[in-house]
Amino acid sequence: MKSAFTKTKAIASTVTAMAALPLILTGCGASSPAANGPVSELSVVDYYNNEPDKTIIGDTLAACGTQSGVTIKRETVPGKSLIAKVLQQASSKTLPDVLMLDNPDLQQIAGTGALAPLTDFKISTENYPQGILSAGTYKDKVYGLAPTVNTIALFYNKDLLTTAGVTPPKTWDELKAAAAKLTSGGQYGLAFDANATYEGTWQFLPFMWSNGGDEKNIATTETTEALQLWTDLVKSGSVSSSALNWTQADVKDQFVAGKAAMMVNGPWQIPTLDKESALHYGVVNIPVKDSSKTAVGPLGGEVWTVPQTGNKAKQAKAAEIVACMNSDVNQLAMAKARNTIPSKSTLAAQFASENPKLASFTELVKTARARTGQLGEDWPDQATKIFTAIQNALTDKASPADALKQAQQG
Amino acid sequence: MSATVQSRLHLAVTETENDGGPRRFGYRSRERVYQWLFLAPAVAYLVLFFGYPVVKNVAMSFQEYTTGTFYTGEAPWVGFANYVTVMSSSLFSTSLINTALFTAGSIAGQFILGLGLAVFFKRKFPLNGILRSLLLLPWLLPLIVSSAVWRWILDKDSGALNNFLESLGIISTGIPWLTSTSLALAAVVGVNIWIGIPFNVTVLYGGLQDIPDELYEAASLDGATGWRAFRHVTWPMLRPVVSVVLVLGVVYTLKVLDIILGLTNGGPANSTQTIATQSYALSFQNFKFGEGAAMGNILVLISLVFAVLYLRVNRRAVDE
Repeated sequence: MKSAFTKTKAIASTVTAMAALPLILTGCGASSPAANGPVSELSVVDYYNNEPDKTIIGDTLAACGTQSGVTIKRETVPGKSLIAKVLQQASSKTLPDVLMLDNPDLQQIAGTGALAPLTDFKISTENYPQGILSAGTYKDKVYGLAPTVNTIALFYNKDLLTTAGVTPPKTWDELKAAAAKLTSGGQYGLAFDANATYEGTWQFLPFMWSNGGDEKNIATTETTEALQLWTDLVKSGSVSSSALNWTQADVKDQFVAGKAAMMVNGPWQIPTLDKESALHYGVVNIPVKDSSKTAVGPLGGEVWTVPQTGNKAKQAKAAEIVACMNSDVNQLAMAKARNTIPSKSTLAAQFASENPKLASFTELVKTARARTGQLGEDWPDQATKIFTAIQNALTDKASPADALKQAQQG
Repeated sequence: MSATVQSRLHLAVTETENDGGPRRFGYRSRERVYQWLFLAPAVAYLVLFFGYPVVKNVAMSFQEYTTGTFYTGEAPWVGFANYVTVMSSSLFSTSLINTALFTAGSIAGQFILGLGLAVFFKRKFPLNGILRSLLLLPWLLPLIVSSAVWRWILDKDSGALNNFLESLGIISTGIPWLTSTSLALAAVVGVNIWIGIPFNVTVLYGGLQDIPDELYEAASLDGATGWRAFRHVTWPMLRPVVSVVLVLGVVYTLKVLDIILGLTNGGPANSTQTIATQSYALSFQNFKFGEGAAMGNILVLISLVFAVLYLRVNRRAVDE
């Protein structure tokens, strides 16, 4: 009978083990806060999962690892699932040693307490323009640095403009006139992205900012004027109403196909544009309301951060990697290879002279503004309001002024 | 695992038989334990993969659950505040109406076309088998791929559909299928019908196969052919299958997310925003996980109503 008793015990322990299964499953991923021995490996998570970025970033990371005497274990995830992954890792305490974030997400993640301030590791934040620093700053502390940045500008098809006898527009009136003149048949004067995502908001920001619009309160005359311009362009037929559903990649496709004579887009499209030997294009600043205004672009790019993993030795090594990614040499090399702009202002002159195609972008990023500079963690909310107002105005559901007022009130 | 349990069971049985003495450990209660052991894997699976997410989601909807919660674990209880916020938002009624229109339109289209095709394929004709398997294609394609292709087909300026209509001379300028507030929902419903037809055809065709040919022969002797045979033989015999198709269809359609995100992202001007897309946007774009969970639970409740309806319809069928 003894055996029966032990069997029941065995059953009981099996049941207990089963009940504990979820705990074990979630627990086994947690990294043990190991003794601060020599660090030989660092984990890295980023979203550069497409070529050529994947290899360029991977090689730079590997070189930085070698320099610091560690091997890099890198994982690339699709851009859309990065934040979900980071949140999941934050809750299971399995954050990587080095983490890349899109700059508007930085404050959101820094706000959770999951990141370590870079000043803790004595990483220099000198020579970075204010806009770039503010993108990486949360509550007065710098948590992330972007080696290279980007912004958007106006691309124009040289052949189409010459044929129509149009010079690249500098002001809103010139833009409207040029776009109208360049519209005929299946060809539109201008293409931009006004879709119902943050991308639509991002494309609208330069128009809003250069006119003195304020992202905290969008129900203002300045922002209304900018939205009125977009509405006029769509209603007059100079911009296809398809803009309401286009992504920036679609906008580029329209431009490449000659269906749009001008487009609002970023330097990351340059490799594709250069592949089209028949396409001759130029880049100018996004037009401003009148010559008294200056162009202000939104700042794009990814920042590198050091998450709070609890392992001081690994964090120190991780900080070395972040510093190395931001070294002058690496900034210049990655910017050139990826058609982006080195973030340090001290490198701008050299970079612009070596890469004339990116010269106008180099000039623009000096004054570019971060989306989260003012809004911080409120960016997702306010960005949603902005694209909602854009969509309502462009579909004629409300006048630009009303659309902005309704959106601001929520 | 079941093999060892079985041998143990066998062992236990022989032991009791040999023992003969007073049963210290009752055979019955031991059998109970074994019964539970057989159940344990299924129960564990249900609790882990269905129970936990549902309970967690309900709990989340009563909490202020933000990005910070994931790191700190702090999520203060806020009662019904999340429900009040999402239901009083100006978008809620739009989303609710769109969800109803989207579901009703999709189900009606999928079912009528699906039934028509199922009846059609019941006839014997050359290439029947090949055509029927080709019909499954929309089901086999990943939704992301289908929505990307349809987005291109429905494009206003260079889309295949508008080009086709223009070449026929039906229209002179492109129709903004996905960018007009009055057409976008209908276009999205159309794509969803296309995706849902294979499911309807497959299940209904299976149901049709189960109807004995003798019934049709008898009906034709009584003069019922064609439409009358459908009305008096096919339809009554098919009803149990129809109710399954419809209820499953409603539940599947209510939660459709990827197709809408791929085609319009809820736009233009929220005209294709549904409860499902709103829940997704709140959680994963605005990082308001509590509100997103509340919205998700509202959707679960709506689905539940249909599930209960389905069970009642089924019970009545059995009673009859």
